[in-house]
Order: sequence, then C-alpha cells, then structure tokens
Amino acid sequence: MNLLPWTIYVSFAGACLALVAGARSAAAARWTALATAVAATTLTFLAARDFVPGAGLQTLVDVPWIAGLGVSYHLAVDGISLTLLVLTGLAATAGILFSWNIEERPGEFFALFLALIGGVYGVFLSADVFLLFVFYEIAIVPKYFLIAIWGSTNREYGAMKLVLYSFAGSSLVLAGMIWAFAAGDATGFGLTELALAGARLPFPEQVAIFALLFTGFATLAGMFPLHTWAPTGHVAAPTAASMLLAGVVMKLGAYGCLRVAMPLFPDAFLYCQPVIAWLAVVGIVYAGCIALVQDDFKFVIGYSSVSHMGFVLLGLAAATPLALAGAVLQMFSHGVIAGLLFAVVGRMVYERTHTRRLADLKAMPLHRLLPFAATIFVVAGLASLGLPGFSGFPAELSILIGTWQENPLWAVVAALGIIVAGAFTLRVIQISFFGTTNLAAIAAAGDHPLPPITRAEKAGALLLISATLYVGLKPDVLLDWIVPALQSPVFQAVMKGGNP
Amino acid sequence: MSTPYGELLIALRPEICLVGGALAVLAVDLPKNSRSAQARLHLSVALGLLALATAYAWNLSAGVPGPLFGGVLTLDMLGQATRAGVLGLAVLTLGITAGTSRLRHPAELVAMILLATAGFTLMAVAQQLLLAFLALESASLSLYVLAGFDKTRPESAEAGLKYFLFGGVSAAFLLFGFSLIYGLTGSIELPVISAQLALTGPSPLLVVALVMILVGFGYKAAAAPFHLWAPDVYEGAPAPSAALIASASKLAGLALFVRLLWPGLGAASGNLSGAAGWLPVVAMISGASILLGNFAALAQRNVRRLLAYSAIAHAGALLLGVIAAGLIGPGALYYYALTYGLATVGAFGVIAVVERSGRCQDITDLAGLRARSPLLAGCLFVFVLSLAGIPPLAGFVGKFVVFTGALQMGGIASPAGWLAVLAIALSAVALYYYLVILKQALVVAPAKGAAPIKVPAPAALALLGAAALIVLFGVWPSLLLGLFQ
Amino acid sequence: MKSLPLLSLIVFAPWAGAVVLAFVGRHVGANANRTIALLSSFSTLALAGVALASFDPAAVGYQFTERHAWISALHVDYHLGLDGLSLLLVLLTGIISPLCLLASWRVGRCPRAFGMLFLLLQGAALGVFLALDFFHWFVFWELSLVPAFFLIKIWGGPGASRAAYQFVIYTLAGGACMLLGFAALYVATGTLNFTELAQLAAAGELAPKLATLGTFWPQVVFVGVLLGLAVKVPLFPFHTWLPPAYAEAPTGVSMFLTGVMSKMGVYGFLRILWPLFPEPLHAAAPCLLWLALGGVVLGAFAAMKQTDLKRMIAYSSINHLSYCLLALFAVAGASKPDAAAAALSGTLLQMFNHGLSAAALFACVGIIEARSGGPRGLNDFGGLRTVTPLFAGFCGIALFSSLGLPGLNGFVGEFLIFRGVFGLAPWAAGVACLGLLATALFLLTFWQRVFHGPVAAGVAAFRDLDRVEFLTLLPLVILMFLLGVLPQIVIALFNPLVTAWAANLP
Repeated sequence: MNLLPWTIYVSFAGACLALVAGARSAAAARWTALATAVAATTLTFLAARDFVPGAGLQTLVDVPWIAGLGVSYHLAVDGISLTLLVLTGLAATAGILFSWNIEERPGEFFALFLALIGGVYGVFLSADVFLLFVFYEIAIVPKYFLIAIWGSTNREYGAMKLVLYSFAGSSLVLAGMIWAFAAGDATGFGLTELALAGARLPFPEQVAIFALLFTGFATLAGMFPLHTWAPTGHVAAPTAASMLLAGVVMKLGAYGCLRVAMPLFPDAFLYCQPVIAWLAVVGIVYAGCIALVQDDFKFVIGYSSVSHMGFVLLGLAAATPLALAGAVLQMFSHGVIAGLLFAVVGRMVYERTHTRRLADLKAMPLHRLLPFAATIFVVAGLASLGLPGFSGFPAELSILIGTWQENPLWAVVAALGIIVAGAFTLRVIQISFFGTTNLAAIAAAGDHPLPPITRAEKAGALLLISATLYVGLKPDVLLDWIVPALQSPVFQAVMKGGNP
Repeated sequence: MSTPYGELLIALRPEICLVGGALAVLAVDLPKNSRSAQARLHLSVALGLLALATAYAWNLSAGVPGPLFGGVLTLDMLGQATRAGVLGLAVLTLGITAGTSRLRHPAELVAMILLATAGFTLMAVAQQLLLAFLALESASLSLYVLAGFDKTRPESAEAGLKYFLFGGVSAAFLLFGFSLIYGLTGSIELPVISAQLALTGPSPLLVVALVMILVGFGYKAAAAPFHLWAPDVYEGAPAPSAALIASASKLAGLALFVRLLWPGLGAASGNLSGAAGWLPVVAMISGASILLGNFAALAQRNVRRLLAYSAIAHAGALLLGVIAAGLIGPGALYYYALTYGLATVGAFGVIAVVERSGRCQDITDLAGLRARSPLLAGCLFVFVLSLAGIPPLAGFVGKFVVFTGALQMGGIASPAGWLAVLAIALSAVALYYYLVILKQALVVAPAKGAAPIKVPAPAALALLGAAALIVLFGVWPSLLLGLFQ
Repeated sequence: MKSLPLLSLIVFAPWAGAVVLAFVGRHVGANANRTIALLSSFSTLALAGVALASFDPAAVGYQFTERHAWISALHVDYHLGLDGLSLLLVLLTGIISPLCLLASWRVGRCPRAFGMLFLLLQGAALGVFLALDFFHWFVFWELSLVPAFFLIKIWGGPGASRAAYQFVIYTLAGGACMLLGFAALYVATGTLNFTELAQLAAAGELAPKLATLGTFWPQVVFVGVLLGLAVKVPLFPFHTWLPPAYAEAPTGVSMFLTGVMSKMGVYGFLRILWPLFPEPLHAAAPCLLWLALGGVVLGAFAAMKQTDLKRMIAYSSINHLSYCLLALFAVAGASKPDAAAAALSGTLLQMFNHGLSAAALFACVGIIEARSGGPRGLNDFGGLRTVTPLFAGFCGIALFSSLGLPGLNGFVGEFLIFRGVFGLAPWAAGVACLGLLATALFLLTFWQRVFHGPVAAGVAAFRDLDRVEFLTLLPLVILMFLLGVLPQIVIALFNPLVTAWAANLP
C-alpha cells in the first residue's frame, strides 16, 4: 500500500530526468518517460493487488506540513481513488506511446507531461484539501505549455482559454475552501476537519460555499455551460495532451466534486441537487447535438467528451449508491475511451493525412489506407456510444438506474443523450473512415500510401482497448473497490443528507 | 537613568556594518582609472556582499528581543525577519548587479544599494515616528539616486525625477500626518500613541492625520490611486534598481507600515463595517489596487510596465495582508512580501541579463528565451508562476495565508472577505498576463538573429538562488511562517 | 454436475470462428476464408442438433441452464437457458446462417472481413435467443447492430450508407428506450433477470412494485420496452428503416436480417414484454392490434406498389411479421386459452416459416441481381421460366410458400394464426384478410412479371443456378415442403410451452 505515494514521486523525478535526457536525444527522453509511466503504473497495480476494499480512506502518509493552518501532507486511498489511479497509469502510458514521434523539444514535452501526471496522481491521493488543491494546480499549468507549444489548430487561443477556465474554476475552489476554513473555524484543511467546520456554518453559507466548490471543480469536469474550454482545448492540444485532458484531467474536476464538494456540504449538495442534475442532463444532450453537426473530426470527439462527462455529473448529482458507483466507473471508462478516440483522431489520422475536416476525410478511403486505425476507432467509437460489452455500458446503466431512483425524468432525458451519442458516433465513423467506397479512389490511394501505423501506436491502442473490454466484461474488478468505498459515512451522508 | 548606548550599538550593528561597507565601496572608485570598470564592479560587489553577510550575521545576534533605547527601536520577530529578508534581497540584487551592470561608476551603485539597505533595515525595527521617517527617507533618497543612476539614458533620468517628485510629496504627506499624530497624542513613540488614542478616541483631526499617513504610504507602496510613478520608474530605472525598489523596499515599507498601523494606531483602526478609522481606507486602497493593477496589466506590451502593474495588484493583496495582520499577526504579510520580493528580484534579474545582449522592454523581446538561454527561461518560469500564485511555489502559499487571514477577519460577509474573494477571482485574470510573458519566453520561437545569451556566473547564482528559495519556501512554508508562531 | 456449457458453446462458437479468421485468415486464400466462415457458421446447427437430441419438449422450463455470478453491484448473473422458443430460433439461425454465407460466396471484396462480421452477427443473435439476464441480453442485442451496420454499409448497394445509418439509429434509439425501461425495472425490483422478473410478474408482484415509481412512470417503462422491441421487429409505424436497410444490404445479409434478426424483436415480445407486462399489454392490446393490422395491410399494399423486387420482399417481411404480432396482441387482448394456443403456435411457426421463405426470396432476388449486374426492377425481366427453369422452380416454391399456399410451410402458420385470431378478435382477422389478398396479388405479380411473358432483352443470356446457388436454395426448399407436410416436427418442440402459456393467461 505504501507504494502508492511513490507514483507521485516517481512521476516528478521522471519529469526531471526526461528534461535532462531530452537534452541528449529524443529517444532517451521517450524511453525515460515510458519507463517512468510504466513504473508508476506498476506501482499502482502492485498496490492494487494488496488493496483491501473498505469504507473510508486508508491513510498512507500523514505528516504536518503548515502547522499554523493545520495543513498536513496527508495521502490516503480508497476504492474510488484507486480506480482513478489505475486510469491515470493507463492513460499516461498510452499517452507516451502515442507521443513517440515527438521530435520537437522532446525533453520538455515529456517533462511537462510527467509533471502533469504527477499532479494528477497527487490529486487522487490527497486527503487534505490544501494538498489536493496544490496538486490540482500543478496539473493545470503544464497543460498550457503542452498545448501552446506542441498543439495544432488555433493552439495559443485554445491553450489560454483552457488554462484560464481551469484556473478560474480553481479560484472558485480556493475561495470556497478558504471560506469554509475561515468561517467554520476549522482546525485544519483535512477533509474531516473541513467537513466538521462546514457543518457548523449556517445553511445559506453552506450552500454558497458548496456552490463555489462544486462550480469550481465542475468547470474542469466540463459541466454545461462552463464546458466551452473543453472542445477548443482538445482540438488545439497535441494528441497526448488531449488524451490526458479528456482522459484524466476532466476527471480531476469530477473527482473534486465527489471527494471535496459533496462530502463537505452534504445538505447543501442535496439542496442544489436538482440544478446540478438538470445542468448535467442538458449538457449530455446539448453537447451531443453540437457534436452531431461539427465538421472537424476532433471537435466531434471534444464535444462527445463533454456529453459523456455529463453522465458522470449526472451520476454524482443523483447520488444514489448505484449512480455514484456508475459515475466513478464512467470516469474510468470515459478516460480510457476518450483517450483512445483522441489517439486515433490526433495521432493516427491527423498526423498522417494532415487534415481533420470531415469533408476532406470523406474523400479518402481511410478504412483501406489505415485499416488498423479504422478498426480501433470503430471499437472505441462503439465503446463510447455505450455499446454493451465495453466499460461504458455498465457505467451508463448504473447511472441510469441510479438516476431513475432519484428522478425518472433525468434518466429519460439522459437516455435521449444515449441516442444522440449513437447518432454522432456513427456519423463520424461513417464519414471519416468509410467515407468513400469508391473503388477507383481506393485504387488511386494505393499509389500514395500513408505511413503505416507504428508499433508504439499499436501498443498504446491495444492497451486501452483491452482495458475498456476487460472492465466492460468484468466491471466487478473496479466495482468491488468502488462500492465498499461508497459505504463510508461521508458518502452515506451525501446520499441521505445530514452530517456524518 | 543612563542612556543604553551600548545596547543601541549592538542592536544597530547591521546598519553600521552596511554604512561602513558603503563607505568602503565608495573608496573603490576613488583611484582614477586605475582599474577597469569590470574589476571595480567585482571588487565593490565583493565588498558589498561582505558587508551584507556581516550584517546578516549580526542581525542574528542582535540582542534581547524587546524595545530598545527607550522604545525608539524594537527587536521583535517582525523586525529581525524583515532585516534578514531585506539583506537577502539585497544580496540577490548585488548578484544581478555584478553580472549585468555596464555603468561607469559601479562602486557608487553598490554603495547606494548598501545605503538603501541600511535604510530598509532601520525601517524594519523602528518604533518611533521620527526614526521611522528618517529611515524611510534615507532609504528613499538612495532609491531616487538608484532609479536615475543610468545617466546615459533619458528614461532613467525621467524615472529618477518622477520617483523623486512623487516620493518627496508623499514624504511631505507622511510627515504632516506624523506631526498631526504627535499633536494629538503628544508622543512620537508608538506604544504611547496607542495608549493615548485608546483614551481619547476618534476625532476629525485624527482622521485627517490617518488620511495623510495613508496617502504617504500609498505612494510608497505604489498602491492605487497613488501608483502613477510606478510604471515609469519600473520602465526607466536600471534593472537592479528596479529590482530593489520592487522587492526590498516593499518588504521594509510594509513591515514599517504594519507596525505603525496595528501596534501604533490600532486603536484608530475603526472597523470594516463602517466605523471611521484607517481600516476601511486601507481596504478601499487595497481593492482599488487589485482591480486597477490586474486590469491595467492586461493591456501592457512592455514587460517592465507589466511587472509594475502586477506590482500594484500585489500591493493590493499585501494591503489585505496588512488588514489581516490585526487578527493573524504579521507572519502572513511578511511571507507574502518576502516571497513576492524574491520573485520580482528574479524577474528583473532575468530582464537585466537579457538586456546585456539587447533590448528588453517589450514582452516580445523575450521571444524564444528558452532557446537563447534555458537557464533564464527556467528561472523566469519559476518567478512568473510564483507571481501568478501557482503551487507549489511560494507565491501561492503567500496568497493563501493572506486570503485565509482576511476571510477569518469576518467571513465572507465582511469587506475583507469580499476583497479576498475579489483578489482570488482576479488571480485568474492575472494568470492571463503572466502566461503572456511565459508564452513569449517558452513557446514562441526566437527572433531571427537572436543570439544565445550568456548568463554571467554571479547573476546565474542569484537567479538560481532566488528560484530555489521560492520553491523551498513554497514546499516548506513553515520555514518562514513558523517564525511568527 | 459440471456438464458441458452447451449454450455458451452455441453462442461463442461463431465468435471463435471470427477470431480464427482474424488471425489465420490473412495467411490463406479467399476460398479458405469463406470455408472457415461457413464451417464456423455451421457449428450452430451442429450444436443445436446436440441440444435437440437431449432436449425434453415436455418440460416447460429452461433447460441446459448456465448461471454464474457476474456483476455483484448490479446483481447481474451470466445466465443462459433454452426452452422450446429459444431452440426453435437457434435452429432457424443454424439453418439460415450457413446459407447466407453460401449466398455470399461470390462476394469478392474482402471475404475475410465479411466472414468475421457475419460470424459476429450470428453469435450476437444467438446470444439474444439464449440470454436470460437483461444485462448480457442487451449486450448481444446491441452488439448485433455493429456487424450488421458494417455489413450493410460496406458490402451494400449505392444507398447503403444512409440505410445502414438509419437502421442503426432507429434500433439504437429503441434500445435506449428499452435500457431506460430496464433501468426503471431494476429500480423497482432490484433484478434484471428475466426469469426472476417473470416470476414476480406471474405472482402479481411486479405491478405493485412498479407502482412505487410513481403514478405515471410504470406506463413509461412499458412504453420504453415496447418501443425498443417494436422498432426491431418492426411494428408499424416504426418500420421505415426496414425497406432501405433490407434493400441495400448484400444478399446474404438481407437473408440474415429478415430470417434471424427480425425474429429477435418478436422473440423479445414473447420473452420479455408479454411475461413481464401482462396487464399493460392487455390494456394496450386493442391499440396495438390496430398497429399490427396496419403492418399487415399497409405492408402488403406498399409491397404491391414497389417496383424494386428487393423492396417488395422487404415490405412483405413487414407484412408477415405483423401477423406474428397480430396474433400475439390478440392473445394478450383476450383470454381464451384454446384460441390463444392456436394463435401462439401459429406465431411461433410463422416466425420459423417466414425465416425460411423470406431468406429464400432474398436469395432468389440476389441471384437475379447477380445475373443482371445490378437492375432488379419488377419490369426489368420476363420469361425467366424458360431461360432458367430450375431457378424459376425454386423461386416459385419460395413465392408460394410466402403466399401461404397449402402444402407448403407458410400455410400452416398463417392458418393457425387466423384461426386463433378469429376466435379472439374476429374483426381483426377480417381486416387482416385484406392483407392476405394483397400479399397474394403482389407475389403473383412478381411471379408473372419476372418468370412469364416474353423473354426480355438481356435476360436470354442468364445462366441457370450454379452449384453454390443450388446448394443455397435446396435446403430451404426441402424444408418448405417438409414443414408444409409435417409441421408437427417443429410444433412438437414448443407445443407444451405454448399450452402452458395459454393455460396461464391472466
């Protein structure tokens, strides 16, 4: 168990090493980064093997940090964080494999990448809100540079918008947490201390602080109508960064909602529940509809991410045991699947065809030119539209059931989102990869073959596909961690109201 | 009762040492054309560093804590820590100076820096209006000279003149305020003033006095609406001078200010819910600075002016720290001011080094810095992000402790709470202009023909030191915060 | 006893074949690929034969059941089981699938991918017929869409992309409605297992539990599940996806779509909607009866209007499947056990028979299309009887089987349905007769325009059936005769089941 904090240290150390190695050669930086990511993932798996699922956080490290504010360096894990740690490891490893062709400033690229990953590991392991916030911000800044330096279309705008939205969101969080601490006379920034402090506040103040915290975190989770950073950011980002953005960083927001905002103010949460749920379902349908009419391949995927994160938020908002379990499962599932989709679009297709316009892609018989990419995209797309057999299905089913328990109407509208998801996914599969079945075009394209899919890409794709398939067929591997974690008093309070 | 001159001497050893050092450095320039400017620079910097180090060492053993020499001075944690901080910042400034200065009279520059530092250290421990004013003025006079030190550039002269005029007026205001206070209470010693004010209560005259003092300090701290000199001075002054003005001067000034306001005029603080006193005024100045600084910075194209407006915004946050100091003590304020100073010294240091091989005024002059000098780019990354308040750098913790204190003053419903929330909200705006700097430095490709920049060893050491300290204090804030508990 | 997991084998054998194709196929020739696919596809019939050998028709419950805990959080088990209804459809799948592959033998474009997708489709369909837990039932249900989509899109006609898209979106939308319905069922009951839900419903506990959802929501649940199934069958007016999909799909796929996949919907009605929602279905039956009648009559009349042979057969599928639903809704709407038994037997038999005859018809149209090199209009041909006598004979048998000529298989099913429906809702039977007439009309028109009259230009050079085509049609024709004469060999499989159903009518 005590291996888990090392994921953070290993990632940051790897970032420094990659920076040094990058000065020597690109290959050295790559291999350093890959070794780091694999090491961190291995650590997670080793820890997961010995993990005993149970209610409540299991402390890993707890040392005082800033005595005056009662801040401690407190790392802890439960089933929910473990699930997301595994996701982080997978997404990071795959991301590096899909960045294998980075030749421009490789050392810096992988250093920023690993720094981001280290921050993400840190967020998922923090049991102290201050610490969580520190890691959260550490994860935000590298995004700017990853996108602005290595990105594509409109990259500086996309990077700035993304970072400013994230930072504005985290400002709200900062305001909320300081307010809760100050007004509630908390003894520290630990989750339990802040929850105690929160309970002491008058109800309207609780609602206000909850709104700050939740809105702040939900911005990063892409909650409608604060989602607009996500598509532009995703589109501008280089492949690995968009994989991480959609795959992991958006989960930070949802995780923050689940770990911080909701347990700290369960009553306020229940008061705001309808608003959150409606925003979530509107987001699901709205983003889906927008995705339906995009003509940039990556925008489709970007909006689909927003739509799928809507399911996560809906699950959080419904706050029944199944809905919450489903939401966590959906975080994992979407992390893997969105990573895969972005990998196909950004790396496999865009870097070979140099276009993402669906109209251009339609004229190319991509399913013949890039059969591997086509297969992967079809599988990932189907997984993304919630096709049974992949991890998205048990997640969405659990969310739907859980939501229905709370309010059937939400579930009905969300189901509409599933239909829309089907429509835009199929549309994009159809246009991008199977646009032309014109045999002459296929023959002509045979003369100008695109560069073949590399081994690194194949490895990354297979890693993610097997993850989503494995979890889809055996969701119990994750649910056995998640469900007991939801038994803890803090989450019980979230579900039923009242303070733990 | 015999006057304890011995005690005074022991307590003032750092200042004596600094003044002595300054005099010794001045002697370096005396032999006409005996050595090259570069050699004289290095010699004088070495002497200066020696003086600063000695002063630092003596500051550690300054004597028993408590009021001294009949209450003229006080040796407390705030004073000692501020002295140490100011000395540290001066060391960094000297390091930058050594690496970058091309001036004809380097020893004079170093001497002025030492004299200014002596003023700062004295400000840190002053507990009597007269001494406070004297210390402030001696520091200011040195700074005026420093701002106009580059005699070859008209901008520098303009900066010097502007700074001098504004500073002179503000000094007049301050002095007038002090004299009114003296008139009201019959004393220039803060403890006595405090006791008297508690007895007499508020009066119109007191309000006038407070306004005068605040106007004076507002000028010094470059807080809105008294900020007008700052952009021009930051733009025109030689980089090391600007670094000193932005960092050590601010730290010492705020230490003096917080000591004057809370222990001295605490009884006249009023409160934030409307009662007359200086607290609402400071709150207003703080809010105005935060708003103006952040929004005006958005429009800047000149990196120095941008740093100036960012300094105004930070001044607002620092004033919030002054307000909060009433509840949580000066620790948070000190931490903020010191770490802010480190980052600013660093930023100006980077500018100074870049200037060695060309212009560094527009933000675009920083374009492609990472290719020209990875070290500078890396250091700038740390400084700017610390200014922006990104963890785990010290700038974040500084903001955090100050805002926490402000919110503890009365929750979100009090003006302090509003200010804290305003400052937090605007930090997202601030990130924008900080990222604009970093974008040029790290993202954009260098201009054609831009040569690599060689970083002189002393400047490199200073910059790395500043960056390391920012990270160290950020990761381990208790190093500083723990002093005040 | 740890016996052989026969049902899992049935489901996964085609998928195993697909995997073999995936890995081995690229190293061997096209014909080897086709053979592997055919053999894998044949596994269903072989394994179904094994099941048939030890199947006990007298037992009403599920046999060969397999049940393993799967997802604890949702109380989902991996649960397979077989009863007469499932066995019937597994047999149908086993018969139709290899024939579909045979009919696609000439597909030149990437036979390996075709075979893989087809085997995936086959396995998914089998999974639907055998799964007893909503979770993986739905897995198979939705999974069947994917290969179907690509089979239509890539190997289909000029309008295939649009048709495939429409097909999948319709079905997916229906699926989402159904998913929602089951989410609500889970909320009310805490289980997704069909058998458990059916037991609850039989004990009359399901309705009160659903009532806890609120006043309005039980109806929504019912409608959701109904919609999901209605789109798949399809029930009028949710049929609009069907004609383009069937018409644009390549021959073998059209055969499978109509022969097997359309049965998935009817199966769903029998396995899910009817047992789980007897009362709402009873209440909605008059209304649904009209829709089914609409399918019967309008489907037939629409078919009459078609000039494209494939679209004509597609509409006739709507018509024939609507008979099944007609009977089902008539049974649900009234409670007369003996008429109900007849109607239900007719439904099941009709499913099987329609599978055979519609598949045969699509195969025939495919053969014509292959000969003409594209055109397949009603008026493009003529006098084929003299040019290709063998083909004309086979096609004629299929047409008359579809028409319901006594002595061929179609008759028995339709007769039973009409007998049953007449006893339950005479007026509906009367109206349905209209459809019967129209069916006769358009099928005879088909026969007349294509096979009789003067030999049209270009038709004279048509070859008669070759060996592969002959092998494709022969089993179907034999079965048509066999079941026309001896329907009881099939009826025996499900008779006890149907009797039990009829006896337990609410």
